Amino acid sequence: MRAALRNLLTVLIVVLALAALAMLPWWLILAAAALFALWMLATRGGGQALAVTRVGLATIPQRLGSSAVVIIGIGGVVGVLIALLAMAVGFEETLRQTGTDDTVIVMRAGAQTELNSVLSHETAQLVEQQPQVQRDAHGQPLASAELVVVASLPRRSNGLDANVEIRGVDERAWALYPHVRIIAGRRFTPGLRELVVGKDAARQFAGLDIGSTLRLNGQVWTVVGTFAANDSHDSEVWADTGVVGSTYRRGSSTTSVTVRLSAPGALDALLANLAGDPRLKVDAKTTRAYYSEQSERLTNLIRVLGTVVGVIMAIGALFGALNTMYAAVAARGREIATLRALGFRGGPVIVSVLLETMLLALLGGLLGALIAWLLFNNFTASTLGQNFSQVVFSFHVSPQLMWQGLKWALAIGFVGGLFPALHAARLPVTAGLREQ
Amino acid sequence: MKYLHLVWAALLRRKARTLFTLLSVLAAFLLFGLLDSVHSAFGAAAQSVAGVDRLVTVSKVSFTLSLPKSLLARIQAVPGVSEVSYANWFGGVYQDPKNFFPNEAVAANFLSLYPEWQMPEAQRRAFRETRTGAVVGASLARQFHWKIGDKIPLQATIFPQKDGGNTWTLDLVGIYHVSDRRLASQEGLLFFNWDYFDEARQFGNGNVGWYISRVADPKQADRVAQAIDALSFDSDHETKTQSEQAFNVAFVSQFADIGLIVGAIMGAVFFTLVLLTGNTMAHAVRERIPELAILKTVGFSSRSVLALVLTEAVALLLLGAAAGLVLSGLVVGAVRAKLGTAVPLSPVGLEIWLQGLALAVLVGLIVGALPALRGMRLRIVDALAGR
Repeated sequence: MRAALRNLLTVLIVVLALAALAMLPWWLILAAAALFALWMLATRGGGQALAVTRVGLATIPQRLGSSAVVIIGIGGVVGVLIALLAMAVGFEETLRQTGTDDTVIVMRAGAQTELNSVLSHETAQLVEQQPQVQRDAHGQPLASAELVVVASLPRRSNGLDANVEIRGVDERAWALYPHVRIIAGRRFTPGLRELVVGKDAARQFAGLDIGSTLRLNGQVWTVVGTFAANDSHDSEVWADTGVVGSTYRRGSSTTSVTVRLSAPGALDALLANLAGDPRLKVDAKTTRAYYSEQSERLTNLIRVLGTVVGVIMAIGALFGALNTMYAAVAARGREIATLRALGFRGGPVIVSVLLETMLLALLGGLLGALIAWLLFNNFTASTLGQNFSQVVFSFHVSPQLMWQGLKWALAIGFVGGLFPALHAARLPVTAGLREQ
Repeated sequence: MKYLHLVWAALLRRKARTLFTLLSVLAAFLLFGLLDSVHSAFGAAAQSVAGVDRLVTVSKVSFTLSLPKSLLARIQAVPGVSEVSYANWFGGVYQDPKNFFPNEAVAANFLSLYPEWQMPEAQRRAFRETRTGAVVGASLARQFHWKIGDKIPLQATIFPQKDGGNTWTLDLVGIYHVSDRRLASQEGLLFFNWDYFDEARQFGNGNVGWYISRVADPKQADRVAQAIDALSFDSDHETKTQSEQAFNVAFVSQFADIGLIVGAIMGAVFFTLVLLTGNTMAHAVRERIPELAILKTVGFSSRSVLALVLTEAVALLLLGAAAGLVLSGLVVGAVRAKLGTAVPLSPVGLEIWLQGLALAVLVGLIVGALPALRGMRLRIVDALAGR
């Protein structure tokens, strides 16, 4: 009965501690750690715990191999977890940065992505002329009617064909997207078959260097410049909407119109106007919302995958830690029994074993986070985006992710240390003293 | 074999340690099973031999661009082509964009180019004869609880109807099965009749997305592909023809280098596993040195001591691996039953099992090697004296 109650209590402590670790903000956890340190330094029980811990830590060099197993096992979990989540974070950030809150993209109702959308020239005109659209110095609406199409080009890395997004843009696009800068060459000339290439697309695909030519549907296009936007537009190739339309036999139709709002609060009025016009069957949303939605499916998939892989690896590492710490407790059985015989209580013994495991775990977590950061921060990768074309993004090992990884490490260390610690405190003193 | 009980006794010497190690091994191989299942789901289409006689013809500019239907008769006339069909991506959404599955409008003879999809003749006929007819793969039908006779409303994302409507209502007339379980992901598609699609869509009428041709002799596939591409050379709709396999390889590689990601994770997992079980084995042998010395004293040769320890390590790994693979099979089965083909997982089959068990033996030999050598080399006198 007492044993059952004690087990129940242990499980409860594990659940509570893990929940606290998962929920509490970093400063509260840090404060708890500081309070704990204060307890060790200032109180009698804490002093005992400190003394036992120091003895425990001093014996680590004698069992370096098994301690390394804890560190590396947990380091592996944290490293893989951070790397996978950094992929999700990087992709999400790349796409979210692409949009802004003051530009609105309008597509055909139900289209979801630009590639699926078709807007007639009349529709595009109607959208541009809305009063909520900002006008430039010449009274022209700040809008770009765009035509997104896809071309298949060989990749530099493996020679296999992959899709690159060609975005036909209006002349006014340069004013609409002021962050897009030409970094080499020049802008395309409206009306000519000229391309400017995003810096990531130029790196990823063969034959997109300035001066090279490209055959699309029997027509020859020339690359005249490279641009940098530092968002997902860098994976695109830009050209004049009208010329792209003729090459792809799209006539005067476009796939979307992007406009800049005249005032931050004008979105609702614009949406109401567009919805109220019987000539229009369109969906409109801020570009921030549009691009964020595009990353949702993939980032959720990677997050689920990363968490599943992390949990399974954590279980493996947990049993490794349990093995090591039970062995450590067994090896120190006599020493612990001696301490108990001298008058040390069970509490300090528990604290010392637990602390030792968590220190090893923390070390492993730091190691894993460091390796993940060194190998994967700003690591570039690409995947097929919602427009059926390659989107280049870089992994981002953010401080939040590293903290999250450390929390996983501490959680594994806590569970992996608690049971051996309780076991150590419960060893009968007489049996322990007789042990070899 | 007659020493099996010795191995067994060694494993049971410290039950907790063996159990914990087994669970670590189990976790590693559970992960191996799951990731290999994902990996082969992506690789299956590319490795399949089912489509060696099929060629895919898409626009050279991009497969999102359509081709004129006038090419059909000209491709049919190319020597070596035995049958041609065509299809177009539809991209419809069922109820919610989250319920993604591929859906295509296909010509009446499209299914006959895919003999690996099995469907009763009556259903094939019904598909040809029902204007709004659709067929789906068995696992897709299971996922949405569809049965023959159901009406399936798809929301168009690309193709609204001429009358401006966005809902295409299809009649489910057939359900096909794929017997090769490695290709099970092909059971996640929906096809519907070309005639309905082409008549009712607002734009693009008379164009097709891609052509599929069957070649009479797969060895001639390259020559036939070149002949097909020559038809449209230097026109405004140049084509690119390749084997279905090559097309799939290029397509899958666009998502991500799945092999690289899976390989990197498995590398990290097995690196830690080797350290972990290696440590356990070293412990196990170290504390048994006197026992091993006694075995040698009663006449066991050094070599049999080596074999005993190695067998112990391999047995530990094999037990854990088998349990992990069984568990991964159960998990994959459960996920597939619940989510259908939305997640790319192929069943944990013989191939994954063989790879897993081979890996277990390999890891067992690696982690057992050092402790086993130590056991083999020990000198009886020193070991018994505790030196």
